[in-house]
Amino acid sequence: MKRFLIPATVLALSAAAAHADKSEDVLNVAFTKELENVDSYFNSSREGVVLQRAVWDGLIYRDPITNEYKGNLATSWEWIDDLTLELKLREGVTFHNGEPFDADDVVYTVNFVAEEQNGVKTQRNVNWMKSAEKVDQYTVRINLKAPFPAAIEFLSGPVSMYPNEYYAEVGPSGMGLEPVGTGPYKVVSVDPGKHFVLEKYEGYHDSPKGQPEVGTVDIRTIPDVNTQMAELFNGSLDLIWQVPSDLAEKLEQMGKFTVANESTMRIGYLTLDAAGRTGEDNPFTDVRVRRAVAHAIDREALVSALLKGKSQVISTACFPSQFGCDQDVVSYEYDVEKAKALLAEAGYPDGFKTEFYAYRNRDYAEAISSFLNAVGIDTDFKMLQYSALRELRMKSGTPVSFQTWGSYSINDTSAITSQFFKLGSLDDARDEEVAGWLDTADSATDPEVRKENYSKALKKIADQAYWVPMFSYNTNYVFSQDVAYTPTADEVLRFTDMEWK
Amino acid sequence: MRFPLLRFILKRAGLAILVALTVSLISFSLLFLSGDPATAIAGEHASDQDVEAIRRIYGFDRPMLVQYWDWLVSALRGDFGESYYFKLPVASLIMDRLSITMTLGVCGISFALLTAVPLGVAAAIKPNSLIDRLALFLSVAGQAMPSFWFGLILIVVFSIQLGWLPPSGTATPLHFVMPTIVLGYYAMPAIMRLTRAGMLEVLSSDYIRTARAKGAPEGLVMFKHALRNAIIPVVSLAAVQMGFMLGGSIVVESIFALHGAGYLAWESISRNDLPTVQALILVFSMFYIVFTFLADVLNAWLDPRMRAG
Repeated sequence: MKRFLIPATVLALSAAAAHADKSEDVLNVAFTKELENVDSYFNSSREGVVLQRAVWDGLIYRDPITNEYKGNLATSWEWIDDLTLELKLREGVTFHNGEPFDADDVVYTVNFVAEEQNGVKTQRNVNWMKSAEKVDQYTVRINLKAPFPAAIEFLSGPVSMYPNEYYAEVGPSGMGLEPVGTGPYKVVSVDPGKHFVLEKYEGYHDSPKGQPEVGTVDIRTIPDVNTQMAELFNGSLDLIWQVPSDLAEKLEQMGKFTVANESTMRIGYLTLDAAGRTGEDNPFTDVRVRRAVAHAIDREALVSALLKGKSQVISTACFPSQFGCDQDVVSYEYDVEKAKALLAEAGYPDGFKTEFYAYRNRDYAEAISSFLNAVGIDTDFKMLQYSALRELRMKSGTPVSFQTWGSYSINDTSAITSQFFKLGSLDDARDEEVAGWLDTADSATDPEVRKENYSKALKKIADQAYWVPMFSYNTNYVFSQDVAYTPTADEVLRFTDMEWK
Repeated sequence: MRFPLLRFILKRAGLAILVALTVSLISFSLLFLSGDPATAIAGEHASDQDVEAIRRIYGFDRPMLVQYWDWLVSALRGDFGESYYFKLPVASLIMDRLSITMTLGVCGISFALLTAVPLGVAAAIKPNSLIDRLALFLSVAGQAMPSFWFGLILIVVFSIQLGWLPPSGTATPLHFVMPTIVLGYYAMPAIMRLTRAGMLEVLSSDYIRTARAKGAPEGLVMFKHALRNAIIPVVSLAAVQMGFMLGGSIVVESIFALHGAGYLAWESISRNDLPTVQALILVFSMFYIVFTFLADVLNAWLDPRMRAG
C-alpha cells in the first residue's frame, strides 16, 4: 500500500497544479528572454513588441499581409504640410482602466516620448516627432522636426497611445508593472521578466487588428528551448517560437504539433572595410577584393544547409519587402575561380590574412569563414559579445565582420540602409555620394523621389560591394494542434489572430 | 576565553569585508572590460546618438574609479540603485530572486547530505561490498554527468513519460523536486567520498577499538564516536558547496525556468546591468564568507579541541 502512496500523492498534487488549456480558454505561451519592462517605450526586444501589439494600439495600422495602412485609433489622416500631420481620432474608445481616449491622450503621449530627457529607449522610433497639439477633442496635429516620409510607418509600428492621466501618475515603471492600453488584451498580472497574464478586453473597439478570440494568454519566460519542448510535450505550453530549425524539423516529424515557418525582416551580411578605417593598406579598400569576397560565398548553400525554412538569398542592403528596397542590383554568383582571379588582379595571388569578427550565429560565421579560406583569404575568426564588437566597430572599425539587422520590423529602407551608409560611426563605406542620395530619399515626401534615390544608393552599394548581403532570417513557430494561427513575416506574435480549433 | 573568541570574530569580519570589497572592485572593472555598458544598455537597434545619450545619462563618461566610489557610497547607505535593465530597485529584484535560490540551495544541500552521508557511512562500514560499489558508481556517475543533461533526463522521465512532475516553473513545492535532485546530486559525490574516507580512517583508530573492547553498542560506536569525528571535514565541504549552490545554480535555474539569483547574475552580466551584478556579487561573496564562518563554529561545537584553538 505504502509503495503506491508516493506516486499517488504526487499525481494528486500535480493535478492540482495542472495547466489550463483549450477547455479553460487559456493559451500558454513561452518567451525565451526576460523582458525588461512591459512599457513598450522602455524595452527594445521582440517580446516587448509582441506585448505592445496586444496591449496598446497605434493611431494607424499596417496590415501585415497586404502592407496597406488602415486607421486604428485615428480614422483618417492628412499632411497639412511637410512638417504637420493632422489626424481625426476614433470616438468611443476607452482604455482598460475606463479612461476615455481622446486628443489629450495623443498630445500627452507624443509630447512625453518626443522629449529626449524622458529617455525612451529607442530614440529613433520617436525622435522625428517634435510635439503634438490638440485641435479639438477628436482632432490632433503631430509636428515633425524635419520632413519624415516614414512617419506613417512609425505611427503604425512602435508609436502606441497611452492614457494621459494614468501615465502622468505612474510613469514608465508603473506602466511596466500595471500596463493600461486600448488594445485587444488587457494585462491581468506582471511578474517582471518572468510571467505575464493577458485577458481578452471585452470592450475592444472595432479595430483592423480584429477581435480577440482566446480568453486568456499566459506567458512564461523559459530560457531553455529543451525545457520549452518538454512543456509542449507535457501539454503545459501551447505555443513556442524562435525554435531552432533542427528542433523544429524533429517536432514536425512527430506529427503531434503544427510547425510554421515564416521569414523575418532580419538580414545577415558582411560589412567590409572599404574606407580603410583599420589601415590605409587594408586589402578591402580595393573594390576587386570586395567583389572577390562576394563571389567566394555560396549563399544558396548557407540558406539550404543552415538557415532553411523561408530564408532567402539577399543581394540588397535591405529586406526586399521594405519600401524603396530596389531588387534590381548587381548580384554576385558563387564562383571560386572568379574570386581567385579578382584577388590575383588586386595583387593578392596567394590571398592574404585578415581578422574576421562575428557576434551571433557562430555556425553561420564559421561556414562563411571556411568559404573565405577556400579562395585564399585566411581568416582569424573572433567571436565577441555584441556590445564589445559594436564598440570596436565604432572606434576603429573591423576589416570584415558578420553582422545582422532586423530593422525593428519597420517596412522602410530608411530603417536599415540609411542607418549604416550615412557616414555614422558604423559606416564602413563612408561614401558621400551614397549618403547624399539616402538623405534625399529619407526626407522627400514624394514616394517616387524616395524610390529613385534609394535605388541609386542600393545600386552603388551593390556595385561597390561595400556590404556582402547574404540571407534573410526565418523563425519557427510550433504550436499544439488545438491552436489555429498563421504567422506573419514580421516576427510579431499576434494573439488576436489565434483561435482554438 | 571570551576575548580571544571576540578577537577571532572581529578579525574574521574585517577580513570578510576586505574580501567582499576586493571581489566587488575586481568585478566592477571586469564588467567594463567585457564591453561598453552604454552600448549594451542601448540595445541592438540604438543609433550612435542613443548610445551617447545613455553614456551621459548613466555617467559612463566618468573615470571608472569615480563610478565605483559612487556605487560604494550608495551601497553602504543600503541603496543598491535601480537595475539598468528592469528599471526596478535592485534590492527588491534580488530579494525576489534570492528567495527561490535559497529555497533551492537549502533543499539541494539537504538532499545531498541526507543521501551522501548515510551512503558514505555504509560504504565505510563494509568496504568493497555491494553497497560500497553502488556508492562508488553513484559518485562517479554524479561527477561525470553534466547537470543540464541530468536535468533534461529527469524532465523526460518524470514530466513527459510519467507525467508526475511539472517540467519548469516555481508555482508549487512539486516544481522544486527535480531541481533539488539535480543540484543535490552534483554536490553528493564529494561529500560521500569524504564521509567514506573519514569513516574508514576513524574506524581503524585506537579509540574505536577501545570503545568496542569495553563493549559499547555498535550503533553508539558508529554515530557517537566515529561519525562525529569523521564528519568534521564534511561540514566545511558542505559549507563551500552551499555557497556554490547559491551562486552557481545557473544551469539548473535556467533548465527548470526558476528565475533565481544565479540565473539573474548570469543574464545581468551579458546585459551589462552593473548595479544588479555588483549587488549580486556582494551577496554571493557574503554567502561564502558567512557559510565558512558558520562551518567553523559548527566544527568547534563538534570538536571541543577546536574551541580551545
